[in-house]
Order: sequence, then structure tokens, then C-alpha cells
Amino acid sequence: MENRPLEYDYTVAKMFMLATIVLGIVGMLIGVILAFELAFPSINTILGEGLAEYTNFSRLRPLHTDAVIFGFTLSGIFATWYYVGQRVLKVSMAESGFLMFIGKLHFVLYVIGVAAVVVSLFAGVTTSKEYAEFEWPIDIAIVVVWVLFGMSIFGLIGIRREKSLYISVWYYIATFLGIAMLYLFNNMEVPTMLVSAPDGSAIGGAWYHSVSMYAGTNDALVQWWYGHNAVAFGFTVPIVAMIYYFLPKESGQAIYSYKLSLLSFWGLMFVYLWAGGHHLLYSTVPDWMQTMGSIFSVILILPSWGSAINMLLTMKGEWQQVAASPLIKFMVLGSTFYMFSTLEGPIQAIKSVNAIAHFTDWIVGHVHDGVLGWVGFMIMAALYHMAPRVFKREIYSKSLMAAQFWIQTLGVVFYFTSMWIAGITQGMMWRAHDEFGNLAYSFIDTVTVLHPYYAIRGVGGLLYLTGFLMFAYNIYKTMTAGRKVEESELASASPMGA
Amino acid sequence: MDIATLQAYGYFVLTVGLTVILYAYIYHLYKNRKDADGHDYEEYSNIALNDDIVDTPVNAVSKTEDK
Repeated sequence: MENRPLEYDYTVAKMFMLATIVLGIVGMLIGVILAFELAFPSINTILGEGLAEYTNFSRLRPLHTDAVIFGFTLSGIFATWYYVGQRVLKVSMAESGFLMFIGKLHFVLYVIGVAAVVVSLFAGVTTSKEYAEFEWPIDIAIVVVWVLFGMSIFGLIGIRREKSLYISVWYYIATFLGIAMLYLFNNMEVPTMLVSAPDGSAIGGAWYHSVSMYAGTNDALVQWWYGHNAVAFGFTVPIVAMIYYFLPKESGQAIYSYKLSLLSFWGLMFVYLWAGGHHLLYSTVPDWMQTMGSIFSVILILPSWGSAINMLLTMKGEWQQVAASPLIKFMVLGSTFYMFSTLEGPIQAIKSVNAIAHFTDWIVGHVHDGVLGWVGFMIMAALYHMAPRVFKREIYSKSLMAAQFWIQTLGVVFYFTSMWIAGITQGMMWRAHDEFGNLAYSFIDTVTVLHPYYAIRGVGGLLYLTGFLMFAYNIYKTMTAGRKVEESELASASPMGA
Repeated sequence: MDIATLQAYGYFVLTVGLTVILYAYIYHLYKNRKDADGHDYEEYSNIALNDDIVDTPVNAVSKTEDK
């Protein structure tokens, strides 16, 4: 082995890789259970009436969303940051005892936060704000975790050797700033023990319980400004950060246009923050604000496609790599699903389309072709690329990875096609009426019609979960049984065993 | 003018202003091709491609340190 004075230190990256896989399994497993509960309601009480409180849809649903968003995805973001950050700034975490301490503290507090979330949500303790269900003590803990993430980012930038910040670092910084702003404002809440009734008497309630500082339409506006931008700064910005690093690196190709990456960045930052109003079409929100939400959603196609096309063009002349490497397949299909999802979203945000789509399963389908096809694929691809470099071993099995790719792709296709059909059927049935304006169908009529599509969705989710377990097994075997590799084999395409 | 009208004008001015800034930035990128340090923007792709700790940075923090 050649003499190298300094190595990147992936200790913290490895910790978050483990968290990504564990929380991914938990979140997706709960998702599959929920899908089958919708198709076969008796599963809601599968462990008996006594435990029905813990197994019913409403108790498990926030556990699914929060586990995949704040568990799987955030861990993936942290894992890739602690890997990519060092490499593109050309500085090792081993060079700073302080940053290493902050990184480890970040991980430990994050795990404690996750445990608190799991326990409290299972116990039914919730603020009832979607994707912001955590009560105030947990919110404060999460702010501390986030500040530590920021210290890691800016600390590493502070001791860098590469003066210019690579485009991925811009996206990681935007993730940090965006989520910080959103989280703080949406979670402004008052503990109920501090609130008094109009007559001055104390309301009381549990010490950990709180109420939002906003009410009515204002609360809805802040909530969806937060909710939609959580998609922006949790599911889009950091995942774009990943693909801008991992696809060029794995394929050995320079980004097709670095300038396009810069202007797409500013375009995305400019446009995304205004689009959240599309969640509140036909509500009590002022009409101009709804229109603004629709218009900015449509404009959002441009910066989104700017990044996605930039990635596909990075493979120009190198498409044989897509055929040859399942790892590149994950990223190219991820980028394609990103394009698909960022076209579908704006279509749904158009008012006349939204009149049919709103509250239907089509929305659920849209979210899932984005998160399964784009976020999930990209995070798994990132971890596959990182594994040989952090463990100094080749990826255990290429054929297993290829099988996983096709199983999961089939799962995603089952998921979104069934939800398209279910959603549009649902929307049409809800609106149908006779010549006197009487509704043509009752709610239970739609449930009966949708049953087969719910079953197909459950199968799609199960296929995706199966693929994720194959991924976990492949990474585990890479770590323990993969052939040892030298640094010289790790320049671009990841080494893979048969 | 009431507050809502002021907000509406403010919003319009902000939107137009940011749009002009974004397009000016695009024009700037493609006209100059190079940043203030004299590096072609496209060179920065190499930050990812040559990211081993022993590789030479594209734009080192201090040239005197890396002699």
C-alpha cells in the first residue's frame, strides 16, 4: 500500500449510514403495513382489540412519514454530507478533534431525538400538525441537533483546502438554512400549561403539550409553507446535492454544464419558497395567494429540469455505463423520476386539475413516485458508492444489486400507476352528480371500487421494501465479506463482486 | 393605501426584482465564463472528479501554503 500522510475519516459517515438503513427498514415496513391496512381494514386490529391503539392506521401514519422523512432521508443526508463534505473541501475530519467531537455528538443526539419521537408518537403524543407532530421538548432537541449539523458544515468549510465550494456544498448549505427557517417558524408553539382560559383560569394539561401560535387560515398557510418546503429542502435540495457529486464521480464524467448547475440552484431557491400555496387551493386562503402558488409551481419545472437534464446529459456518450452498472442505473432512473415527479406536481397544482386531484390518492401517488423513485434510489445509490470507500471493500454482489433495482422499479411502477387510477376514479366519483345536483355516489361506493388498486399499491410497497432489505443485506455483506480493495481501484466506478 | 395594497405592490416589485437579478446572473455566467479568480466555471467539475486527499485543489485556499 502506498504511503499516504492523511486519510479522510468516515467514522461519523458510517454511523449515519447505519442509521439510514435501520430507519429506512422501520419507516418502509410501517408504510407497507399501512398500505395493507387501507386495503384490508381488519389488519388495523391484527394484534387484538387491546393493542388496536398501537396498530391502527391513525397511530402508525405519522410514524411512517416521520421515520422516512426525518429518519431515513435525514440520516442519508447526514451520511453523505460527512462523506462528500470532506472530499470536495479536501480536508479530513481527522484534522480537527473539535469537528470530530461535534460530528459524534450530532449522531448521538440525533439517535436520542429519534428514540423520543418513536416513543411519543407510539404513545399518541402529537401536536396534530402534519410532518410537524413533535411536541415542544422534542422540537428543542431537534433544533440542537440541527445547530450541530450546521457547525459541522461551516466548521469543515472553515478549514478547507479547496477555496471554491463545489455545487453540492451549496445545496447542503441551502438544506441547512432552509430547514432551520422552516422548522423554527412552523413549530412556534405555546405550552398549554402557560395558556389561560378567557376567564383567567389555567387550562392545565400535560407539561409536554402545546398549541400552535397560529390559528385558522394563518396556521394553514404557515403549515403548508413549511410542508411544501420540507419537500423542497428535505427531498429535493439535498438529493440534488447528492446526485451532483455521486453521478459524476461514479461515471467519471464531468458535469455537463457547471454553469447550468449554478443557475438552476438560484432558480430553485427563488421559486420553491412561493409554491406551497398550491396545497390550499379552494380553501379560505386569499385567491391571489392560491394563484401565486399555482404559477410558481409551474415555473418550478424549469430549475428542477435544469438539474435533472444536466445530470442526464452528464452521461452523454457514456450510456453504455447505464447498461453495465446497476449503480448508475439507480441514479439515472432517480434523475428521470425527479423529472417525472416535478412535471406531475405542477400539473396537479393547476387549479382545474386540482379540483379533481385534491384529497385523492393521486396526491399520494405523486409523493411516492418522488420519494421512492428519486429520494430512495438516490440515497441507496449514494450509500452503494460510499460503501467500498468507507469499508475499503468491493460491493458484495453486483447481480444482487441489479435484481434489487428491477424489483424496486417494478414496485414504484405498481405504486404510482395504481394511485393514478385510484385517485382520478375517486375524484371523478366524488364530483359526479345528477341533473338536480344530487351526488351520484356515496363515500362507500368509492371505497369498494378502489379496493383492488389499494391492494396493488400494497404489493408495490412490499416489492420496494423487499428491495430495500436486499440493499441492507448487500451493504452488510460488503462490510463483512467483500474483497478488500486498494485506493487505486476507487477512483471512479465502484468495484463490485459478481 | 392600506396595508394589503402595499403588500401587493411590494410583492410585485420583489418578484420582478428577483427575476431581473436571476437573468442578470445567467447573462453574467455565460458572458464572462470565468469567475473572479480567473477559473473557468466548468473547471469546478473537477472538484468532484479529483477529490482524493492527495489531489491538487482546483482553486487552493492559499497558494503560498501549497507550494
